[in-house]
Amino acid sequence: MALPEDDPATASAEAVAEAPLVEAPADTVAGEVVLRLTDLVKTFPGVRALDGVQLEVRAGEVHCLLGQNGAGKSTLIKVLSGVHQPDSGQVEWRGEPATFANPQAAMKAGIATIYQELDLVEDLSVAENAFLGHEYRSFGFVRRGRMARHTRQILSRLGHGEIPPGRMVRSLPAAGKQIVSMARALSHEARLIIMDEPSAVLAHDEVGNLFRIIRELTAQGIAVIYISHRLEEIREIGDRVTVLKDGRTTAANLPARDTPTRDLVSRMTGRTIEYVFPDRPSDDTAGADLLQVEGLTRAGEFADVSLNVRAGEIVGIAGLVGSGRSELLETIYGARLPEAGSVRMNGKVLRPGVGAAVRAGMGMAPEERKSQALLLGEPIYRNVTLATFGRYARLGFTNAAKERAEADRIAETLELRPRDVDRPVRTLSGGNQQKVVVGRWLLGGTKLLLLDEPTRGVDVGARAELYQVIRALAAQGVGVLLVSSEVPEVLGLSDRVLVMREGRVVREAAAGELDENTVLDLVMAGSLMEGAPA
Amino acid sequence: MSDATPTPTATPERPQLPAQSPPVDPAETAVAGDKAASAGRLSWWRGDGGDGAKRNLGLIGVLAALIVVGAITKPDLYGDPNWVWNNVLAILQLASVVGVVTVGMTFVIIGGGIDLSVGAIVALAGVWCTTVATQSYGAAGMIFTALAVGICVGLVNGVLISYGRLVPFIATLAMLVAARGLAASISNKQTQVSSSTFINDIAARKVIGIPILVYILGAVVLAGWVVLNRTTFGRRTIAVGGNPEAARLAGINVRRHTMLLYALSGLCCGIAAIMLTSQATSAQAAMANLYELDAIAAAIIGGTLLSGGRGTIVGSLLGVIIFATITNLFAINGLSIEAQNMVKGGIIVAAVLVQQFQFKSVTRLLARNRVTTAT
Repeated sequence: MALPEDDPATASAEAVAEAPLVEAPADTVAGEVVLRLTDLVKTFPGVRALDGVQLEVRAGEVHCLLGQNGAGKSTLIKVLSGVHQPDSGQVEWRGEPATFANPQAAMKAGIATIYQELDLVEDLSVAENAFLGHEYRSFGFVRRGRMARHTRQILSRLGHGEIPPGRMVRSLPAAGKQIVSMARALSHEARLIIMDEPSAVLAHDEVGNLFRIIRELTAQGIAVIYISHRLEEIREIGDRVTVLKDGRTTAANLPARDTPTRDLVSRMTGRTIEYVFPDRPSDDTAGADLLQVEGLTRAGEFADVSLNVRAGEIVGIAGLVGSGRSELLETIYGARLPEAGSVRMNGKVLRPGVGAAVRAGMGMAPEERKSQALLLGEPIYRNVTLATFGRYARLGFTNAAKERAEADRIAETLELRPRDVDRPVRTLSGGNQQKVVVGRWLLGGTKLLLLDEPTRGVDVGARAELYQVIRALAAQGVGVLLVSSEVPEVLGLSDRVLVMREGRVVREAAAGELDENTVLDLVMAGSLMEGAPA
Repeated sequence: MSDATPTPTATPERPQLPAQSPPVDPAETAVAGDKAASAGRLSWWRGDGGDGAKRNLGLIGVLAALIVVGAITKPDLYGDPNWVWNNVLAILQLASVVGVVTVGMTFVIIGGGIDLSVGAIVALAGVWCTTVATQSYGAAGMIFTALAVGICVGLVNGVLISYGRLVPFIATLAMLVAARGLAASISNKQTQVSSSTFINDIAARKVIGIPILVYILGAVVLAGWVVLNRTTFGRRTIAVGGNPEAARLAGINVRRHTMLLYALSGLCCGIAAIMLTSQATSAQAAMANLYELDAIAAAIIGGTLLSGGRGTIVGSLLGVIIFATITNLFAINGLSIEAQNMVKGGIIVAAVLVQQFQFKSVTRLLARNRVTTAT
């Protein structure tokens, strides 16, 4: 099935509908050019990470950078923020040639970067983080009062005067931390703020707030480089788009609202993706109940959840961050103990603990692949066989040859790139790391696969591949329980959909019976079917 | 699954689960092609890993440098092959007891923990196995007691850490104090002489010209290497230390494994207690003083990451031997133990500095090799 935005007509219709929300984009785009990159090249031995990048950013615009994993976006950010120095090409900053020898120099010049993993000190206060490295001080003493006042000023400029400057950053939610990062950028009088996938850590309603802040920043003449994998966000917030592929600019300064998705995708991937989601089987091929969950409850997380997954069926759970969906998945998997309710596999009640779940044929790809799923320094094959190496072992001795062969087979199936199973996982791109995590459960007869945000941070091309893999697994009789923040993904991939809100299942239906708007309504306000039985 | 395969037009790139070779961009094939061919290769001795092996070469270089220093300061001694052979054996014998403790310590550190109580466990096991009551059961009873005491104390550490959720540093620090106290109270602060000739002979005798203690060290190191690199236990150790959450979610029983690691360390301490008792033909509560520091230092010099997940047995062995060689070098030259300690401290710092440098260069190298990865 096709994504709604695949149709240029739909896309522009959406743009029109949103037009009143955005104030005079034409004016802001007409601002002076603050940053111009010409033929930027950055090579690391063996790879040209940047191979002729052109980029032009104007004051007061949101300039979106699009590109697959590995297209060179991260390297480009690092060059702009002074972490790397380009080999050749010109960086023109506010009309003059510039080089940034280190991150401090870039910051001083007015370029601030907000990284995906926010670089805040959790145990310092909001004000201390905002002014980290350039505190107000006299005679070696930090002038806390002045810093707090200035921080409060900046926070109210960001529309978040309610965050106390003295609060510990650790106690803030992800969205609050992001605002502190932005406050830090503003404390440096930044003229250009680079945001690397800022929405990845945010729930749906928080993204709206982020966009409001971005609009206020740009209204003050600050330029924003916005990086995201989500096309719908780019349509909503972006003014212009530059597309990177293999370290080159393949399209510059496209209008963010009107460029058809098909064009953007084809410039990113060099091919046109017509069918993002694989077809569902035409007739109902699902088998007997595989997983039965009854009345599962954990106070403060989710309550009285009952669901079932049949063999060969993909069941999707739609819900916001904080709706209890990840916690539910982890509880089913035995990683958290339920307070009430039961989990049964093939009719048998599972004993508590992950070990029992894995032995019963469950596998889980957790939400945070780096911290929850991977041994980054270990070779790919050992990561693929992390849950199964015991099965290839004899008398406690591991069988590395067998493991390598199996991992290589998985790597081929999943089109892992590069396909070298002795390479440390650390060196793979996000999409390929995710394939390693999913691939782990293709070994050793997994019957039920629990997927938590399987495509987060994964580019469009690799996404399509992952969807195919998941559907192919279901066709082999594997049951899949999928959690995702992206409603189109849940609807497009699943056979059956459960909608969760505030820890409860508020709707269950075949995927074909729901559309995105219905689900979003249910997920957010619940105005339509308040308290509807599951 | 073949019957469920959809029409190729709808899903042109669908991977088949018994895989067929899919169409791949030529650029990517160029990168992946030659590597893919090597995916199935295997050498039975592989395991300590590429960068680990490189680090070990560096340690061998340090060892060589120490020998050169020895040869320059005492050319007459080093000119005599007989003396050199005996000196090598003396160094190995010196390294043997701490070496055995270090193997256990290496497992604990790779598994993400630390064991500060090893010296105290050695003392407790030594004292317990030389009580009059234990000695009445003969050498076998003494050996059994030492090993059992080591394993049990290690298990207590392990249970406190994995099920009581104490920080390893705290739990084993408490054990350090408590085990020495228990040893002192059992021995009544007396030196207990071992009257078992079998035990005493372990340190005194040689087989084919090599002291038995060195054979024991060799056996423990070999066993440690095999367990770490060739068994599921070793693989779990690396997983548990490298990313405990990932290990747990992959179905590994992290707590049980952590507990077993401390028991393993305790077992090594039990073996070391027998060796040390045999060397002194006696045991006392103050024996094996500061062995925890020697063992941790040796492991770290050998490239074991203090935060867990990475380390090698061979590196730890080299670390122990380097320390023993320094002691030996100072003894030959008649230098004081104080000077020795200062040099050892310097070596620890230097080793870690060099390691960090190497680690950076290794990661940089990996970063350079990335091709599809720059994001």
